[in-house]
Parts: sequence; structure tokens; C-alpha cells
Amino acid sequence: MSPKSTRRPRKPRKTAKGDFFDLRLYVAGQTARSLAALANLQKICEEHLEGRYRIEVIDLLERPQLARGDQIFALPTLVRKLPEPIRKLVGDLSDTERALVGLDLRPRASNKS
Amino acid sequence: MPRSATRPAMVKPLAKSPTGIQGLDEITGGGLPRGRPTLVCGGPGCGKTILAMEFLINGARAFDEPGVFLSFEETVEELAQNFSSLGLDPRPLAARKKLALDYVRVEPNEIQETGAYDLDALFIRLEHAIDSISAKRVVLDTIETLFSGLRDTRVLRAELRRLFNWLKTKGVTAVVTGERGDGGMTRHGLEEYITDCVILLDHRVNEQNATRRLRVVKYRGSTHGANESPFFIDESGISVLPIASLGLQHRVSAGRLSTGVPGLDDMMGGKGYFRGSSILVSGSAGTGKTSLAGYFVDAASRRGESSLYFAFEESAAQIVRNLRSIDLNLEPSLRKGLLQVHAARPTTSGLEGHLSAMHRLIEEKKPRVVVVDPISNLISVGTSIEVKAMLARLIDFMKVRQMTALFTSLTLDENYPEDTDIGISSFMDTWLVLRNVEMNGERTRALNVLKSRGMSHSNQVREFVLTNDGLTLLDVVRDQGRVLVGSAREAHVGEVAGTARSNRKRRPRR
Repeated sequence: MSPKSTRRPRKPRKTAKGDFFDLRLYVAGQTARSLAALANLQKICEEHLEGRYRIEVIDLLERPQLARGDQIFALPTLVRKLPEPIRKLVGDLSDTERALVGLDLRPRASNKS
Repeated sequence: MPRSATRPAMVKPLAKSPTGIQGLDEITGGGLPRGRPTLVCGGPGCGKTILAMEFLINGARAFDEPGVFLSFEETVEELAQNFSSLGLDPRPLAARKKLALDYVRVEPNEIQETGAYDLDALFIRLEHAIDSISAKRVVLDTIETLFSGLRDTRVLRAELRRLFNWLKTKGVTAVVTGERGDGGMTRHGLEEYITDCVILLDHRVNEQNATRRLRVVKYRGSTHGANESPFFIDESGISVLPIASLGLQHRVSAGRLSTGVPGLDDMMGGKGYFRGSSILVSGSAGTGKTSLAGYFVDAASRRGESSLYFAFEESAAQIVRNLRSIDLNLEPSLRKGLLQVHAARPTTSGLEGHLSAMHRLIEEKKPRVVVVDPISNLISVGTSIEVKAMLARLIDFMKVRQMTALFTSLTLDENYPEDTDIGISSFMDTWLVLRNVEMNGERTRALNVLKSRGMSHSNQVREFVLTNDGLTLLDVVRDQGRVLVGSAREAHVGEVAGTARSNRKRRPRR
């Protein structure tokens, strides 16, 4: 993987209706924060992505080697693998507005939201 | 900082991890604090990543301490490429599980913060890497990159504090690099969290010459050299040159060696310089400093001893040609390889470059006699304090190896030849002062031995001449309590010819 290819031009592209969302939630153990993140994520998906999403939960305590592939350093982190481009949402997703913006389900108010 | 005199003499010394970096272990008294993090900070291009990588590679190669390199700036491929040119290719060691490299990419554009988080993933990655190779050393380069990707600095700071504490509980010796900031030593104040040992690197340009400096800002629980030390980076990595760190414990020799000038040997107890001593020949322009140096190396060649001549003013060919005019032929010595001349303009590289070259050549050629002609030219590449420090280091370095070194120094003020502008005479065992004496409407050259430690030496000021036949010290001619020089002496000698005890042939003046 060349480092350049990961630098995508930043276009506030709207997610097309009907895009399939492939989501990975990285956590470490069954902590309150992990559980909160998963609950928040499920709620968002049910409300906004009914029937067109998949959530994979990866517990890094069990599979630490997976942190490298998606470049995870903070927990919890939600990675939107699909649709492209890849997005990373750091935190327990309790800030629904930001989570929706991060998933491109809400237009960005400005570049620095 | 004065060392506390009240501290008990028997304290348990702090365990240290040697860096294996030449000079750095000397300054730190054995290395970095074992099992604790050390902060290495400095501006861009100051060499912190190299220092960190060398610490790891030396640990893996020489001290059986595997290491983890966690990079936040360069990918593993980039690191490997950059370091293989320094002879520090981490890949072979990585293949043997002595080294683990990981790249943590922090891409601000990809990251959205959506609530509470911590850096557990970083801990997990690090722990996984440490455990996979039983690492004893860790490098985090440069962890402050996280601040560009995560906006909640409060969380980040708390997490960094937790990270450094966690590293201590893991018992690894860590090097954490930080970019120098405006307000403090690092941009985000890492020095608040890492307090055991802080090393500051500096890369500055002084009159077009880049110089590198290293300073141990603090080292908790250990004494350390607090001075700035020059360091350089070359094909073999980093070398730090601690200032006068070798101490004064070198062997001394009672052996003597000829100055190459018979009259001068006589002035110095008839035997010349001490072996392993350092000699300063100072004088203004055209007083014959290089000629004296030439005689000295010529005498060494005659004894079959090798000499190394650092010329900072003239090329080798120029020196040989000029000395031939006073009947001194260095050509055969050069051909036989007994004499080697290393000529360089002082400005072609920084002070460290010269230090590096000189140390390396001396180490490699192992000459018995070294000449630096002139040492004063090095002032043009550094401040006088730096030159002084560098000279002290060089002198100690040669003394330990029992090499005899002669330094020439150009004095600018003819009236005060004792004021050597670099204040180096205290390092010197023997100090010869050459000067032009203007009297009776003519200039003649005069020499005296200002000091020569450990031997009785003449205190006379002697006239000497440089002619086609060589350098000759003339006998002192006195008339009514005055020392006669030049044509006054010749006239006087002519008058009293027959009665004067002149056993030396008079030479025609040029």
C-alpha cells in the first residue's frame, strides 16, 4: 500500500441513497464504554440505514494484531469500510450529530465541524 | 550545577541502558535510565529519529535488548530506506525478531470525534509488539503527532501520562521524541510528563556552517555532563563528542623526541619535546610556524615514525614546495607513506565535520606525530569556546594514545603574541612563540620557549633564520648588555671575529 493512495481529496460527497454500509467497531473488552458505543451505533443504524448495514465488532483484547490493519489507536473506533472513502469515528458515538456527519449521513456544516 | 557535597558517597547507582552511541554513554554516565522513558527533543532535522533508531539497533545488536519502534511520522518502508543509508537498516534485525517496527498513521481528515474515548488501542498495539519479541526498549517517534489528529487535548494529555506510566510498569527503556515548540522544549509540553531524562538536540547554522549540539537537560538521580556537546551524523550513525570528558588520567611518558631543529633541541634540555605532549607554536604571519612543523614531521620520518598533517591553509603540494625552499624535502616521506597530509579548507564543513574527519583519520592511521596547521583557522567555523572545547577533546584523545601533537596558531596582534585568541595555551605542554623583531630598520625572526612543562628549558629569545639551507637558530650575541640581532649582530661578530666563540657558520641573509 503506497502512502499516497490513502490521501484522498476531501470532497464533501453525499452518500448516495441505497449505499451499503460496512461498519467495524473496534473495542477492548466489554467495558461500559464499549457497550455504550455498540448501543449508540445500533440505534443510529436502525434509524438511518435500515436493512443496508453490517456491523462487525472487533475486540482488540482478543485480536490485538488487527489494530494495525485499520490503523486504530484510540478506542472505541468505528471504521466505515463501505461506502468509500474510509471514515474513522473515534469515541463512543454518544454525540449523534457528529456521528452522523462522520458517516456522511448528514451534510457537514462547515469544513471544521 | 555544583554537586552536593553532603550526599552520602555510597548511593545505589541508577540502572542504565547503554545507548551504544559513541560519546553519549560517556556524558550520561552509562546510558539512559533503565526501565524509564527519556525525552529526546529538538527541531526538525536535528537527528532525534536517528538517535532513537540507533538506540534500538545498538540495543538489539550489542546488548541483547530487542526493541519496538513505533513511528507516527514515517512508514516502516520509509524508515527502512532512510536508515539503510546510515548503516542502520532495521530490516535484518526485524526478520530475526530483534526489532519490531510499526507505523501508526494519524490522518486528521479521516477522523471524527464522536464521544468519549481513550488510547487503549495504542497500548494494545504497543503491548502486542513488545510481547511478540520480548522487547526491552521502545521508541515512540513522534507521539505528538496524535495532537494533530485528535482535538480533545485534555483526554490526550491524560492518556499520554497514562502511557508513560504504563511503559514504566512494563519495565521498558523508552525513547520518546518530541518536536521543539515555541514556548517549551516540545510543542505540547511532553517534558511535563517525562521527567527522568531529557535530552535536547540542536541544529544551528553559525555563519553558514551547520553545527549540531546535544545537551542532557536533566537526568534524575544521576550526575551527567550538562554542557552542550557537538555531535555529528555520518555513515556510521551518530557520534557525540563530549567536551574534555576523558579526564586527565592518561599515561605520561618520559620519552623525548627531537624537534627536528638541533638548536631548538638544545633549548629544551638538549632532547626536544616529550612524547605524547602537545605543543603550541604561535606567531604572526610569516614567522615560520609551518617551517617548524615541517621540521618536526621530517624528524619523525627520519626516526621511521608516521605522522599525520592536517593542513587548513595550504594544500599538500604547496607545503612540500614551500618547505623545499628551506632545504626540507618531505617528498620521500610522502612517497613512503610515513607522512600523510590531510588538507581541507576549514569552511568546507562544519566544526563537527572536521572533528569527525580528524578523529577518524587519527584512529585509522594511528600516527605517532600529528600536526594541525593552523588551529586558529578553525575559528572561522566556530566560536572560540567551541574551538577550545574541541581542541581539549582532541588533545586528550591523542594523549591517551601517546601521540605527540604540534599545533600552530596565528597570532593577530604582533605586540601580544601571548594572547592566543583561542585561549588554548593551558592545554599545551610546550609553547613556542615566534615573532618578528623590528630593530635598526630591519625585521628578523625570534623564537622563545614560553613554557615547557616538566623540563628545564632556555628562557632566551633566540634569533633564527630561514635560508636556502634550512632553519637555523643563531647564537645569542650580546654587546654591553644588549642582545644584538640581524646586521647589528653580524657587524659585531665581524668586529670581534677571532675572539668570539661563534662555532656556527654565518649564513647569508636573504
